[in-house]
Amino acid sequence: MKKLHFLEVEGNTKGFYTFLGLFGLISLIGILSAYYMEHHGHWVTGMSNQVVWGTPHVFAIFLIVAASGALNVASISSVFAKTAYKPLARLSGMLAMALLAGGLVVLLLDLGRPDRLIVAMTKFNFTSIFTWNIILYSGFMGIVGIYLWTMMDRPYNSLTKKAGMVAFIWRLILTTGTGSIFGFLISREAYDSALLAPMFIIMSFSFGLAFFMLVLMGSFKYTQRELGDYTVNRLKNLLGVFVAAVLYFVVIYHLTNLYSADHRGISAFVLAGGGIYTFLFWVVQIVLGSLLPLFLLYGPTGKNRTMIGLASALIILGGLAQLYIIIVGGQAYPMQMFPGMEVSSSFYDGMVASYAPSLPEILLGLGGFGVTLLLVTMAVAALKFLPASLADAVADPHGK
Amino acid sequence: MTINFENKKQQNSEASVESSRRNFIVGSAAVAGIAIAPSVVLYQTAHADSLQNVSAKEGASSKVRWGMLVDTTKDVDWNKCVEACNKEQGLGNEEESRDDQRTQYIRVVDVKNKGTGYSMSLPVMCQHCEQPPCVDVCPTGASMKRPDGIVLVDRHRCIGCRYCMMACPYKARSFVHEVLHDQKEVTPRGKGCVESCNMCVGRIDKGQEPACVEASSGAIVFGDLNDPDSAISKLLKEHGGKQIRADLKLNPAIHYQGI
Ligand code: SF4
Repeated sequence: MKKLHFLEVEGNTKGFYTFLGLFGLISLIGILSAYYMEHHGHWVTGMSNQVVWGTPHVFAIFLIVAASGALNVASISSVFAKTAYKPLARLSGMLAMALLAGGLVVLLLDLGRPDRLIVAMTKFNFTSIFTWNIILYSGFMGIVGIYLWTMMDRPYNSLTKKAGMVAFIWRLILTTGTGSIFGFLISREAYDSALLAPMFIIMSFSFGLAFFMLVLMGSFKYTQRELGDYTVNRLKNLLGVFVAAVLYFVVIYHLTNLYSADHRGISAFVLAGGGIYTFLFWVVQIVLGSLLPLFLLYGPTGKNRTMIGLASALIILGGLAQLYIIIVGGQAYPMQMFPGMEVSSSFYDGMVASYAPSLPEILLGLGGFGVTLLLVTMAVAALKFLPASLADAVADPHGK
Repeated sequence: MTINFENKKQQNSEASVESSRRNFIVGSAAVAGIAIAPSVVLYQTAHADSLQNVSAKEGASSKVRWGMLVDTTKDVDWNKCVEACNKEQGLGNEEESRDDQRTQYIRVVDVKNKGTGYSMSLPVMCQHCEQPPCVDVCPTGASMKRPDGIVLVDRHRCIGCRYCMMACPYKARSFVHEVLHDQKEVTPRGKGCVESCNMCVGRIDKGQEPACVEASSGAIVFGDLNDPDSAISKLLKEHGGKQIRADLKLNPAIHYQGI
């Protein structure tokens, strides 16, 4: 096995500035969109008093969930001592922080009063799961930061395993916390399920690794570093397992809902009569976002890098659809104030709420991805996050 | 103008909790390497001012618990209550918002039993729960319950995260989607904040009944649920009443007859 070493990405190149400019622009457009919505008020968006969390929340929660999942690769290497993943641990930790930052920016900019951030950071209500999430997110940044430091600063290498363990436990709590944001909403049928928190954890594995794959393959390709089949095959097999596990949870979630009389409505809505939500479920989440990627990863194209990249992108698309169904669909489905009765009012009681994302909402959401990728681009140029080569001779511990 | 009705004693204990929270925050900010300390200090100074203003006000008493009993069997036009509320609180002045974005503190809900065909209408507003989910989930404590049981939003503290709207089982809250002009002094409202029925606190504090009660031609009885001799307690004891979604065990202060 050849010796592994890490190298910054050369910053003073045309390619580097192109990426910097591209991701910077996406971020800027996102921020300007937020300013536009903030300046006028939320009436310029598709959101309403019925659907209060819209597309920005879908993106924000996707990024936050993916953040904790992106840390998996590092956890497998330090906590479960799998040497094959060790060369990827730095990138994994850094990407986790960048994803979280991107998600939080979107979440913050969609507040009614983002200028009052300081209130959110000084006036804590400890019965609120939101408050706990603020603490979990800040802690995640700090802990993963320290974890990265122990990896990258040789005298502290011996602490990596311990730091990795803390980070691993913290990330499990963090995703449970994110899932619990919904779990606490007792009055809404879609969220009243004990399966939601574990489902969020497994979703985070899948989304985070899909994003990791794209960043890994993309960065190696554009910096002309070698990435061997040994590493890629392991990761894509793992990704397939995660996708299948999410699928399993989705099936169980709907089956348990269908078996209980007071939750049948929401699942019937998503599975059959929900218009756009039903379409998103079957076509985007299940076929494009789960089955097709599984085929691409395990079928005859399983060795083709372009197809693995496509599969990863589709998993991200499917994940966004899944969160859209959970977040927006869960609100659009009428709340049962008088179970079993037909209700109507001037406040849209008893009706499926209509919601169509407005352009600025989508641009703000994409801006979150922009921020994440901008941070990643700057980080790989500033510090030694990427291995100089992951050719099989370097990566495979059993190789010659 | 600030809405804050807690009494002085509570403020003192709150202040000490606050200060330890601030210490904690400054500490963790340092650890995380975020340089927010200067703005924390600025904010503290600003907030200290608003607390002083409030302490001049008299507080609400925890001995009473305000509630309502709505008799849906009476033949009244509930829309009169909606109109009275809008007038009292200065609602309905949105210029840009779509219909589904406009604020409603109280609405008339029509309920029909598909099996029997029986139908009825009832006014629904914030139910002023004893265990309000909106207060539990609010990250900043802007959504709060006064000692006398009235649930409301401190719109100077609300960051507009809308988590309380997600949590409310009665869809009682609205988000202000645009800049508002011509507001009533009793009910300050602001773009980007959440609001809901506050039981006309201003009127209650002056010894008057809420506007919807006054407009209901006697179909809504308002009073102190803690006082066994109040008209509302006697009526509830004699004829009973039902709460909407009583199964959630939030113990709302709004009771209904005939639902
Ligand atoms: S919208 Fe305002 S009142 Fe509601 S939970 Fe958020 S901060 Fe609290």
